[in-house]
Amino acid sequence: MRAALFATCVNDAVYPSTAIATVRLLERLGVEVDFPPGQTCCGQPQFNTGYRRETEPMVRRMARAFEGYEYVVAPSGSCAAMVRDNYPRIGAMAQAERRGGELAEAAGSLAPRMYELTEFLTDVLGVEDVGAYFPHSVTYHPSCHGLRLLGLGDRPLRLLRAVQGLELTELPGAEECCGFGGTFAVKNPAVSTAMGDDKVRSALGTGARVLCGGDNSCLMHLGGLLHRQSAPLRPLHIAEILAATRDEPWQGEARSEATRPDRPARPGSAA
Amino acid sequence: MSGTSGTSGTSGTSGGAFLGMPSFPEAAAVSTQDRQLRANLSHATRTIREKRARAVAELADWAELRAAGKAIKDHTLRHLDHYLLQLEAAVTTAGGTVHWAADAAEANRIVADLVLATGEREVVKVKSMATQEIGLNEALAAEGITAYETDLAELIVQLGDDRPSHILVPAIHRNRREIREIFAERMADWGRPAPEGLTDSPAQLAEAARLHLREKFLRAKVAVSGANFMVAETGTLVVVESEGNGRMCLTLPQTLISVVGIEKVVPSWRDLEVFLQTLPRSSTAERMNPYTSLWTGTSDGDGPSAFHLVLLDNGRTTALADQVGRQALRCIRCSACLNVCPVYERAGGHAYGSVYPGPIGAILTPQLRGTASEIDASLPYASSLCGACYEVCPVAIDIPEVLVHLRERVAGQGGHRLERAAVKAAGFVLDHPGVLAAGERAAAKARRLLPRRLPGPGGAWTDSRDLPDLPTEPFRDWWQKNRPQQDS
Repeated sequence: MRAALFATCVNDAVYPSTAIATVRLLERLGVEVDFPPGQTCCGQPQFNTGYRRETEPMVRRMARAFEGYEYVVAPSGSCAAMVRDNYPRIGAMAQAERRGGELAEAAGSLAPRMYELTEFLTDVLGVEDVGAYFPHSVTYHPSCHGLRLLGLGDRPLRLLRAVQGLELTELPGAEECCGFGGTFAVKNPAVSTAMGDDKVRSALGTGARVLCGGDNSCLMHLGGLLHRQSAPLRPLHIAEILAATRDEPWQGEARSEATRPDRPARPGSAA
Repeated sequence: MSGTSGTSGTSGTSGGAFLGMPSFPEAAAVSTQDRQLRANLSHATRTIREKRARAVAELADWAELRAAGKAIKDHTLRHLDHYLLQLEAAVTTAGGTVHWAADAAEANRIVADLVLATGEREVVKVKSMATQEIGLNEALAAEGITAYETDLAELIVQLGDDRPSHILVPAIHRNRREIREIFAERMADWGRPAPEGLTDSPAQLAEAARLHLREKFLRAKVAVSGANFMVAETGTLVVVESEGNGRMCLTLPQTLISVVGIEKVVPSWRDLEVFLQTLPRSSTAERMNPYTSLWTGTSDGDGPSAFHLVLLDNGRTTALADQVGRQALRCIRCSACLNVCPVYERAGGHAYGSVYPGPIGAILTPQLRGTASEIDASLPYASSLCGACYEVCPVAIDIPEVLVHLRERVAGQGGHRLERAAVKAAGFVLDHPGVLAAGERAAAKARRLLPRRLPGPGGAWTDSRDLPDLPTEPFRDWWQKNRPQQDS
């Protein structure tokens, strides 16, 4: 089976380890992975901030980049939901504005072929035990767009439960938003931080060492709060947990601990 | 003080009083630091949220009821002209008088004139969002008419010179200790004082309100209400409440004036049946609503002898003309979206600068008032787009969709030049993968130089959050090195 990886711009630029883990995981499961280099960003930040027309070139670029692939896999529920949920909407609006059906066609052709990583694993590949090994305690935060727009349900949890060595603890109030919300994080920093602080407190209360999620943008927000507090909890994308095996274990723990003493809480940081 | 307190005491609830409000982010920056408010709201919303979830889960056909409610409202809004005329004819036939008000000023004028014509200078009020929306109490006060709120929570708000912060539970931001203080200190200014030695036990607080309000019910000759529904086929109005105070107002006075938004009409009693199932479970988590009052015009010797219906537009037809935004008019004011909203829970209702707070307020207010003022322009952004509101809405209003739609409207007006320029610049980079890759590589090289705290707008991130460490190379470079055979 062949699938195209939609790495997403955040993973490409800031979290390449997640995209690399996705490649290794899919290849281990027998998938031939391509990375069409024409891809950049799905356009969600622009669209959700009110710049629909400025998003249209992104829709065209994405449709072109992934043309001909039966499966496109993204290690992000939010970006996958942007394509599945909003691309058809953007196309329909352009059509309603009498600007032709070309955009609607491009959006409509890509939307049904876009899969979030965990649903691709469970629904297309039909696997729950991906042969992973991760001997750490983990709590899982389901990000909103994967949860509510894609309806991922317990797919990520089923995958995590099948990981050898992994100790899964339930996150109280798991389905409540972490407060990232794209540009919401900077347009409404006080509320965003208040929501994030509550999420971080719940996560720390589980006693887990790793806070797992399916969207690195949410984890960047939560990780930023955790790091400011020097809290003993490491945010980590689910792809990196599922990619880890006994032969090739996750390397991140050592690295993150090595860097932590360099970055103590700075003066004036939140108490 | 009672003569003038009616004027000053309600000034906070005026629609006009919200003008000049700080933007949502500014107001929320203050309210999120209010520990008492956060504790009150967190406790109240969590409790009601969990109860609602249980009440809804009991019904096997909830999804069908939700779809039916949406379809009924959409159909009615599509044929609103027809159903409003049918309603007018039925109300008139039943002995009522129908008035049409294009905006708040017109509605206030009509109500004030109707009250003045009775010779009365006091009215009792049933809890009503429409009359708060138009600032009726202040308009009446300007004419020398005192309006007494009789809903328990509205009474707390009125006595406390406060503003409502929730559609269903206007005093949700208050705990019982604060309510005891308000009753003890202010009830005497408005009528019967609070009993001596009042404690903050719910039973004692309710009894104090009962005694205070009973005096008003027995004296009042005029009542003002809103309505949850208007049934076009018979001209019947419906008020759904849980205290019985509304029913006192609807039955005891001689004159009843109801101010109702035009979107509250439903075609038939069969349609009403759907909402009488979904509204109580969504709002108070009750299986059946405790006090459902229905009246059709007037009846000799039974209830008010004069009934006036003021049909209020006040921006609704403008919202109706918007193909995406019009779904907000399906709202039945259950407030399930407020109770489930993580932003509302932390910012509180006052930050929304409108009688309609929370997610529904963030899409309704900018449509009814426009997006010219700072507060109204900031409301569509007062959401993380988590989608919890859409999930619980009993008439399936896709609130995130409307929020994004309204953001487009705001982004298109003045004051967003810098943001638009940034979006355009990003658009160029994102449409040229080579340029993007060069930028990613430059950032990776400079990763050690990245400041801990960003200047300017970036501070909104780094004031509370550290930036992630940038990688040594972007993913696309790793791919080229490690999977060179597969692409160009």
